Amino acid sequence: MKRNLYLLISFLSVTSLLAGLPCSTGLPQLSTAEDKDLDETTKLLDTINSVGPKGEGHQAAAAAWRELSKSSVEQLPAILVGIDKSNALSINWLRAAVDSIAQSKYDKEDFPAAELEEFVLDTNHAPRGRRLAFEILADFDETAKERLTSKFLNDPSLELRRDAVAQLSSQADKLRDSSDQKNATEAYRRALTHARDIDQIDHAADQLRKLKAEVDLPSHFGFVQNWHLIGPFDNVDKGGFDVAYPPESTIELEAQHEGVGEKPVAWKKHSSEDDYGLVDLNKAMGKHKGAIAYAVAEFNAAEARDIELRLGCINANKVWLNGQRLFANNVYHANTYIDQYVGKGRLKAGKNVILIKIAQNEQEDSWAQRWQFQLRVCDQFGTAVLAKE
Amino acid sequence: MTTTFKIFLSVAILTTTTSFLSAEDWAGFRGPSSGSVAKNSKVPVQWKENENVAWKVELPGLGPASPIVVGNQVIVTCSSGYKQKRLHVVSYDANSGEQLWHRQFWATGRTSTHPFSAVAANTPTSDGKRIFAFFSSNDLICLDLQGDLQWYRGLGLDFPKSGNDVGMSSSPLTVAGTVVVQVEAQGDSFAISLKAEDGSTLWRHQRDQRANWASPVAINRGNGKSLVLLQSPNSGLTAHDPQSGEELWKYEAVCSGVPSPLVLGDSILISSNGLTKLKFGKDSNSPELSWDAAKLRPGSASPVVYNNNIYTMNTGVLKCGDLASGDVKWQLRLHGKYWATPVIAGGKMYVVNQDGVAKVIQLGDEKGEVIGESDFGEAVKGSPAVAGDAMFVRTDEHLWKISSK
Repeated sequence: MKRNLYLLISFLSVTSLLAGLPCSTGLPQLSTAEDKDLDETTKLLDTINSVGPKGEGHQAAAAAWRELSKSSVEQLPAILVGIDKSNALSINWLRAAVDSIAQSKYDKEDFPAAELEEFVLDTNHAPRGRRLAFEILADFDETAKERLTSKFLNDPSLELRRDAVAQLSSQADKLRDSSDQKNATEAYRRALTHARDIDQIDHAADQLRKLKAEVDLPSHFGFVQNWHLIGPFDNVDKGGFDVAYPPESTIELEAQHEGVGEKPVAWKKHSSEDDYGLVDLNKAMGKHKGAIAYAVAEFNAAEARDIELRLGCINANKVWLNGQRLFANNVYHANTYIDQYVGKGRLKAGKNVILIKIAQNEQEDSWAQRWQFQLRVCDQFGTAVLAKE
Repeated sequence: MTTTFKIFLSVAILTTTTSFLSAEDWAGFRGPSSGSVAKNSKVPVQWKENENVAWKVELPGLGPASPIVVGNQVIVTCSSGYKQKRLHVVSYDANSGEQLWHRQFWATGRTSTHPFSAVAANTPTSDGKRIFAFFSSNDLICLDLQGDLQWYRGLGLDFPKSGNDVGMSSSPLTVAGTVVVQVEAQGDSFAISLKAEDGSTLWRHQRDQRANWASPVAINRGNGKSLVLLQSPNSGLTAHDPQSGEELWKYEAVCSGVPSPLVLGDSILISSNGLTKLKFGKDSNSPELSWDAAKLRPGSASPVVYNNNIYTMNTGVLKCGDLASGDVKWQLRLHGKYWATPVIAGGKMYVVNQDGVAKVIQLGDEKGEVIGESDFGEAVKGSPAVAGDAMFVRTDEHLWKISSK
C-alpha cells in the first residue's frame, strides 16, 4: 500500500472521528489499483470492527482477519488507522493482525517507518493504535524510543505518557543522586504533574517530600475529603444492600433517621486527612457488623462537564451523582484499591451531590473487618477535577 | 531473525499445523487427563546453570499459569504493564527455546489480583489445533498453532459483574469440541461452554456467588461420551453434558475453592472433608462416596495419584495415602509454601515451592525420599509441564527447559 493510500484512510478516519463528516471532497487522487486496495482494506477493517459482545460477528471477523493478516508490512499504517474506529474487542483482533504482519518476513526497505512515526505523533489517532505503532517502530528502529519518548509527557495515550514520565523520573533520580536538589525538585514536580499512574505519582511525591517540597496528593488525584456520614442502618445477612434507606430519597443534613435497633442516627461531618482520601468508617462511626453507612458530599463545579467518579471500597457499595445511580457492587472483602470501580457521569455547573452507600457484612475473619472507602472526581485520563473554592 | 531460523520456523510451523495432541503433549493444566503424571519421562533430578538446563528464556511478563507443550511448541501466557493490562501469548520452540511467535492483547476485564498472583494465572489449554488462552480478566483468546487469532471473547465485557479483584485462576477445559471455563466469584458467577471452532456460546449456567479457583475436568463415561465436572465450594460437584450443559448429576459437598478435582478411571477425588473419593458403581450413573480422608486435605496444590497412591501437599508437608482406603502411608516435610501442583515424571515427584526451590522425591510405598534439590532463584507458582524427557518450568521472569539432552 502506498503512502497516499495511508494518508487517505487516515484522513477519512480522523475527519469522520472528529466531525462525523462524509469524506468525499478534497482528497488525494488515487490510482484504480489503490482504490481497490482502499476498498478492500476498509471493508476488512469495518468487518472486524463490527465484532460485538457474546461472540457477535465472530465468523465474519475471523474470515476478514485471515485476509487482513496477509497484508504486507507497508499496509501497517492503514491498518492502524482502523483502530480509530475499534471497540474494546475489535482492537484486539486488529492488534493481533498487526503483530502477525510485523513478525512476518519482509524487506527492510518496505518498512513504513516514516508513516508510523507520523502516526505515533498524531494525537488525533486512537491512543492504543498510536501505542501499538510506537512499539512496532521501536522494534524496527532502535533510536525511536530515545528520540520520541520525551514528546509523550502530556499524551492522551496513558501508556505513552507512562514511558515519558518514567524517563523524566529517571532523570530526576540522577539529579537527586548528584545532589542537584533544585533541578531534581523541578524534574520530580514535572513528573508528578504529568503522572497519571499511581506508582509514578507515589514515586514523584515521595521524592519531593524527601526534598522538603510540598505535595498535595488529594488535590493531585481529586479525592473528595469532606463528607457527611450517617449510620449504621441494618445489613444483617447482607439484607440491607437493596433496601432504600431514607438518604437514598432525601438528603437533609439536619434530619434524624431510624438506624439499627431503632436508634436515631444523624448526619455528622467528617474530613479525611489521608493522602488518598481514605475514610475509615470503623474510626469515624465505630465498629459495626451487618451495617450500612451513607456518605454524602457537595461538589461545587465550575462548569457542566463529563467526569468519572472512581471509588475504592472493600465493602459492597452504591454510588449516586445528583440522584442518578452510577454503579452498584454487591461484593464484600475481595480486595480494594484506588480506582477500583469507575462510573461515568456529568456534573452540572454549581452544586452537585455525591452519595455513597457502604455496606459491611458480618464476617469474623481478621481480613474482613475493614469498612472504608475513597472516592475521587477526575476526567477519563485520571486528571483531577477539583471543586470550585 | 536469521535466515536459518526463518527456514526452521517455517518448517516448524508447517509441521505443527498438522499436529494433533499426542501422548507426549502436555496440553493444559496438569497435563494429560489433568493427572500431573508423565509416566515414562526421564527428567534430571538435579540442575544448575550449566547442568541439565537445556535453555532458559526471559518472559515478557508475570504469571502463575503453567506452560503447555503442544508438538514442538511450548506456549506460555503472561501479563505485564501498569495494572497488568497487557496480555501475552508466546510460543517457543521446545528444542531451541527460540521464540516462534508472540501475540499481545489489551485486557478487557478487571485486572486486579493478589500480589502473589497475576492476570496470567489460568493455564492455557489446547486441543492440538488451537490454543485457548484464558486470563484472570476473563479474556478468552483462541489462536491457532501459528498464533493466528481465531476468536476473542471478553467475558468481562459480556458479563460486567463477573470477576474477582483477588484474581481468578480457573483454567479452561477443552472437551468434545467445546471450551469450558468457570468464572465463579461474588458478582455474576457462572460456568460457560463455548464452541471451540468459533467461540459462540453453547451454554451458560449460574453458579454459587462465591470465589472459586478450581478448574473444570472431564470424565469419560464410556462410548466416547465425556462429561464436564465442575467443583464449587458450596455446590460440590456437578456433571454436565459438554454440548447441552444439562446437569446429569450432582454430588452435594462443601469443597475447598482452590484444588481442582482429579479423575481416575471411574473414580473422582474432590477436596471435601479433607479429601473425598467418589466412585461409580457398576451400573450407576452417578458416583457414590468411597471414603473421606481428613488427614489428606490438600492445600493450594491439587492432589496427584500414582501407582495407587495419593499425594497431597499442605503447609509444606507431602502426604502419601492409599487410594483404596484413604489411609495415610507416610509423610515428608518439605519446607516452604507450595502453590504449584507437583508433577510425577518417571516415578519421581517434582515439587517446587513459591521461592523457586525444587525438590525431587523418589516415591515408594513405605516412604518418600528427597533425592535432588535445585534452586531456580525466582518465585514459582505454576506447575511444571513435562513432555518427552524434559520438564518446562515457568518462574517469575523466565521459562526453563530442564533436560539432560
